[in-house]
Amino acid sequence: MDSILEQLPAFFSLPNIILLGEAVGVTVALTFFGCSLGFLFAFLLVMARQTPGRWAIPLRGTSILFVELFRRVPFLVTSYLVLFAIVIVIKNPSLFIVVLIAIAIYATAYTADIIRGGFESIPRQQIEAAQTLNFGRWRTMFYVIIPQSWPVILPPLIIFMVAFVKDTSLVGYLGVFELAFRGRELNNQGFSGILVFGVVALLYFCLSFPLMRFGQWLEKRLATSRSQQSQRELR
Amino acid sequence: MPHLEVSNLSASYASLAVLHDVSLSLEKGEVAALIGPSGSGKSTILRVLMGLTACTGGKAVLDGKPIDYQSAASVRAARDRMAIVFQQYNLFQNMDVMRNVTIAPIKIKRRPRAEVEAEAIKILARVGLAEKARAYPDQLSGGQQQRVAIARALALKPEILLLDEVTSALDPELVNEVLDTIRGLARDGMTMLIVSHEMAFVREVASKVVMMDKGRVVEVGTPAEIFDRPKSDRAREFVGKILRH
Amino acid sequence: MNYTFQFGVVLTRWPEFLDGAWITIELALAGFWLGAPFALLLAWVRTSGPRWAKIPAAAYVTFLTNIPVLIQVWFLYFGLPDVGILFNKYVCVVIALVAATSAYGCEIMRAGFLSAHRAEIEAAETLGFSRPQTVWYVVVPHIVRTIYPALANYFIVLTLSTSMAMIVGINELTGAALYIASENYRNLESITVAAVLYILITFAMSLSLALVGRWAFRVKARIF
Repeated sequence: MDSILEQLPAFFSLPNIILLGEAVGVTVALTFFGCSLGFLFAFLLVMARQTPGRWAIPLRGTSILFVELFRRVPFLVTSYLVLFAIVIVIKNPSLFIVVLIAIAIYATAYTADIIRGGFESIPRQQIEAAQTLNFGRWRTMFYVIIPQSWPVILPPLIIFMVAFVKDTSLVGYLGVFELAFRGRELNNQGFSGILVFGVVALLYFCLSFPLMRFGQWLEKRLATSRSQQSQRELR
Repeated sequence: MPHLEVSNLSASYASLAVLHDVSLSLEKGEVAALIGPSGSGKSTILRVLMGLTACTGGKAVLDGKPIDYQSAASVRAARDRMAIVFQQYNLFQNMDVMRNVTIAPIKIKRRPRAEVEAEAIKILARVGLAEKARAYPDQLSGGQQQRVAIARALALKPEILLLDEVTSALDPELVNEVLDTIRGLARDGMTMLIVSHEMAFVREVASKVVMMDKGRVVEVGTPAEIFDRPKSDRAREFVGKILRH
Repeated sequence: MNYTFQFGVVLTRWPEFLDGAWITIELALAGFWLGAPFALLLAWVRTSGPRWAKIPAAAYVTFLTNIPVLIQVWFLYFGLPDVGILFNKYVCVVIALVAATSAYGCEIMRAGFLSAHRAEIEAAETLGFSRPQTVWYVVVPHIVRTIYPALANYFIVLTLSTSMAMIVGINELTGAALYIASENYRNLESITVAAVLYILITFAMSLSLALVGRWAFRVKARIF
């Protein structure tokens, strides 16, 4: 155990700290941008899923199929699927972008149902009022449905994103320099596994725990303000 | 030529037939009332006219122009000329009164904001709510919300106003303010098709009463004819029950 | 795009895929069933256990649910040797999965415990049930019915998460696919076969879990 104490100053050298700092940055960037992209795709997928009309059956079917399939494939496998598919067309793609796309696909599949549930929670009557005013699907979505459903949709999305931080630990295997694999590198350089992975675990905890609490607090907060709203309506 | 002519309209809802062969006509400036027990299809007629419920047969002709409910463009054109006010007011909860009233003219009809807002103030004054322009629906009483819903419908300058049991969800003391508003509209010559349970009001304001039961038209006549001298058994039974209180 | 798909070369190695799939399922079963008792214990401690135990239990659960499973595996595999404990990679992975199940399972079960209605208990008592009878006939069925869908869903998630074991060199399904790919260079085909197998396995799992839920516990879960 004293070898850990001996290693401390070498471990916490400036280059290492910068390395770890960058790695944390990469982890955060991947999570944030990948999931945000995923939320956008998920929204489009839900719009596709709700397109009326017989001609839209393949569109609706594709939307459902996409979600059901990619929810049943591990993230690591999805990442490799994206990588191998892209490599056919682009010989030397940016691994960061490849992983970003994989994250987006994964996030899309998992959040599409959250978003859809939120939209479907809006009372039919609001949508009928918009229909009789000739709103059309997209205007109804932007002026009526989204403004009223985001308190229900946003907290689960945030919680998903925060939980995903842990999944980014897998992409290092593909060659992206995120936190977990930087830790592995340092371990390879000879630093004690307990020290390295203890510190890395702590860093993940500091990223994940406060944001998770925030997401849960937001969920409670938005839920109570909505129930206050409906209390007032009952007058 | 009647303002609105409905011929042999049929509709079904989840394989249950709710309207059978319904015909009625509405002249310009006329106020017609649809009465009858719950489930008789009164609201369904309004919903079919606005394209909210599918019609399985028959047709509707607005001022000489037939409405093709299979064509999205035709339905949009019909919605341009008719407006509906719902029992549950259906105001957009995320917008204040002014925005609720002006959003359709501004965004859909693309009229300039200043012009629409000036008009909106006048309409809100007409329904007695000019000072509530910046309030949100959850800050208003049911009667006030319903009057805003009427204002919202009027902002589109419809030719025909459809009112679907607009006082049924209100506390009794709030009903009159809404009825007053409708009286005013009738006086100003608005063509209206009203579904209502308020028989005294129907008697006062409607020039034609259509009694319905189980999706069919049972009897048509003036209020005096229907309420005092109902011809069919069913009408007599219904009138007897409702006039007892 | 001038890529010709050659699934044949890949599919001839189906036994290795199936071996990998079997390891995936074994890992998931081990992680779940070894971890579930701990989850139950922790859930009990957190709801009605002694006060001195509640805080450590909460800390344990909070800690484990905020750290990637891979880091836990590496910590065990590369860290423990420093203090003289040498586990092989399988043991490390299983321990990590058990720990994860104990933490997430605890939260699921705790939610179930907390959902037991006072009203149901009081009603049963007024009908003459003794405490143990109340627990067995009223509370336990209610809790089981509440927990079952969440646990079934967790099991599926756990199965999918076993793919991280390939990073430490275990030839579960993902590892097998990549190994085959490394030998015949049919990357996309191999990983697609793995993906299809994951879909089939998890679909079969959710179907059977949903059916068991309906018959045994009268839990209405979506088949999907």
